Amino acid sequence: MVHVRPLSDTLTGTSVDLPAGQPIIEVTDLELRFGGTRAIDGVGFAVAQRELFAIIGPNGAGKTSIFNCISGVYRPQAGSIRFLGEELIGQRPDLTADRGVSRMFQNIELFDNLTVLDNLMLGRHQHLHYGPVAGMLYRGKAQRAELANRRIVEDLIDFLGIEKFRKFPVGMLPYGVKKRVELGRALAMEPKLLLLDEPVAGMNVEETEDMARFILDIRSELDLAMIMVEHDMGLVMDLADRVMVLDFGRRISLGSPEHVQRDPEVIRAYLGEGDSGPSLEEQAADAEALAATEEVTP
Amino acid sequence: MTGQPSTTLAPKASRATRRGRPELYTDYRADQAIWNTPAKRFWTAALVLVGLYLPFTLSRDLTGLLTLVFIYAIGGIGLNLVTGYAGQVSLGHAFFLGLGAYTAAFLGGEPSGTVRGLELDLLIWLPMAGIVPAFVGLLVAPLAARVRGLYLAILTLGLVFMGEHLFKEARTFTGGPGVGRAPAEPVVFGYNLYARQTILGVELPRESVFYLFCFALMIGMAILARNLARSRWGRAFAAVRDRDIAAEVMGVPLLRTKTLAFVLSSFFAGIAGALLSVVIGRITPENWNLLLSIDFLAVILIGGIATISGSLIGAAFVVLLPRGVEWASGYVPFIGGAGGSGFISVFQLQGILFGALIVLFIVVEPRGLFGMWLRIRNYWKAWPFSY
Ligand SMILES: Nc1ncnc2c1ncn2[C@@H]1O[C@H](COP(=O)(O)OP(=O)(O)O)[C@@H](O)[C@H]1O
Ligand SMILES: [Mg+2]
Repeated sequence: MVHVRPLSDTLTGTSVDLPAGQPIIEVTDLELRFGGTRAIDGVGFAVAQRELFAIIGPNGAGKTSIFNCISGVYRPQAGSIRFLGEELIGQRPDLTADRGVSRMFQNIELFDNLTVLDNLMLGRHQHLHYGPVAGMLYRGKAQRAELANRRIVEDLIDFLGIEKFRKFPVGMLPYGVKKRVELGRALAMEPKLLLLDEPVAGMNVEETEDMARFILDIRSELDLAMIMVEHDMGLVMDLADRVMVLDFGRRISLGSPEHVQRDPEVIRAYLGEGDSGPSLEEQAADAEALAATEEVTP
Repeated sequence: MTGQPSTTLAPKASRATRRGRPELYTDYRADQAIWNTPAKRFWTAALVLVGLYLPFTLSRDLTGLLTLVFIYAIGGIGLNLVTGYAGQVSLGHAFFLGLGAYTAAFLGGEPSGTVRGLELDLLIWLPMAGIVPAFVGLLVAPLAARVRGLYLAILTLGLVFMGEHLFKEARTFTGGPGVGRAPAEPVVFGYNLYARQTILGVELPRESVFYLFCFALMIGMAILARNLARSRWGRAFAAVRDRDIAAEVMGVPLLRTKTLAFVLSSFFAGIAGALLSVVIGRITPENWNLLLSIDFLAVILIGGIATISGSLIGAAFVVLLPRGVEWASGYVPFIGGAGGSGFISVFQLQGILFGALIVLFIVVEPRGLFGMWLRIRNYWKAWPFSY
């Protein structure tokens, strides 16, 4: 994967000036219940700038729920999530996004009817500041903003090696490419904190290696922090600075990959099984999208 | 992989390089243009020229019918913005058309013993006919944005019934049920757009004059809508339609985006309603009922969801179909005239055809006539490797 412009030139907004020692995000005593089930049970952790923090744990341990609490999709009953010193709980998801949190979803959440280009441009929504009237006229400021952001998006397309799919509706793309597009969309938001929910789930070895490569490149070229939920232990041990292990909504271990790997509590609880990848329903939907080859985005 | 994205390979590709490769763009600006291929430019120009020529040759009757097509297209584009692009089903379109019509009639109509009218210029009443419904749309949106699917359909349905009642009661503005009132006078600086005028040395009947005005307005508003659709707001609409939670997580504010869709849609509806009232001649509160809303749903379902050109195609279809059926009834024996002779009357047949077509399009080609056109075009593009 050769790309010419470093990501740091394209995405200039991913770093923050933080006093030394202050974490970019600090989660304390988080509690989330669904009726009787405790999805998250008093979890706390902090992630530093430029850190790659991994969360592992068996299915249903509450990993995705933590992401949903951070991005404002779920509202936890107790605890606090401080991002750059400000509380995120109770915040609307779009405002959280605007503050600099972006994410990839466990089950791909792309806009299937839109092209790859438009999906990535959607990631830039908050960076395009013109209003609806300017949009209707599509001149001056609006046009310049669209062009400038198109260049940014093209750089990301280049980075991810998805040039040939640029104008394709996302719905008809293969799974591995969709995952890349989702990473691209999350990056396009120019986040200070990037949440990756099982970025390589359901991928073959080659696709997994590509994704790992992208994550490494993002790390070396950008100052952002990442939280990665992943079942692929090899990937976690290779990439992560620190690992947190969850079981039944509780934190059972936190530390360096080596530390966590030797923790008897972890060995007991964690059986390293993987999620089953996309559901049958999704696969059927994908097949259908493929059958309806020529999708339109006027 | 080369150093630059392929779209910027050459700062200026020569004509020879571009020939036969209509999708090779030399820069992003050209790529993002509305008419981004020579074929699109050619056909649009050709259609505009034909459109400009028609009112000079067609009969007054047909000219009036085509004017109706343009007016329906404006309203259809409006409904497509909220329902097609933003995915918020609205059965309340007729209410906003009526609101536009009465705003226009009050501001631009002649007062009589029973109804008020200010006889203002079209340059005042036409924009206001959009702005007033848009404002009402703004008031309704926070409610409408909180519900979806069936509930939204019912909520907007309520709007139509409420509106009809309101129009019946507000007699000083509407003339009341059964009586109605005269619409706004389309007068610009003393120049009547719905009266016989001389244009380019040719004396034109009033239908042709108004045709030209509506044609120009329709093109203008279609371009505005098309621009919006390719802007950040159009993408936000589609995102909210397809996955609202993901859209929010991507930084798209749900309430603001849906509100914008309702406001714009109501604006377009209001303009269409005002123009429609001029063509109808005398408007009564019963004009703005659920059936009119359904007409516009048919426009976007038949023409194509989330396409601007589809709205025009759909409008043509919905406006011209009844005339087509009427014309055909003269040649098909079992279709009776309006009088009720024959196996099935023209009106019944129109209703049945309409319903059947809506169902057919929803099931077979959700992208409407526009989608069918794309299929055909792609078939020929890929020929001889079509499948
Ligand atoms: N929207 C929801 N409604 C009810 N229960 C939920 C919901 N989301 C998650 N849960 C429950 O919370 C627990 C944690 O789920 P999740 O965070 O998705 O686990 P993981 O991502 O670690 O596999 C599970 O028991 C799951 O059933
Ligand atoms: Mg999960």
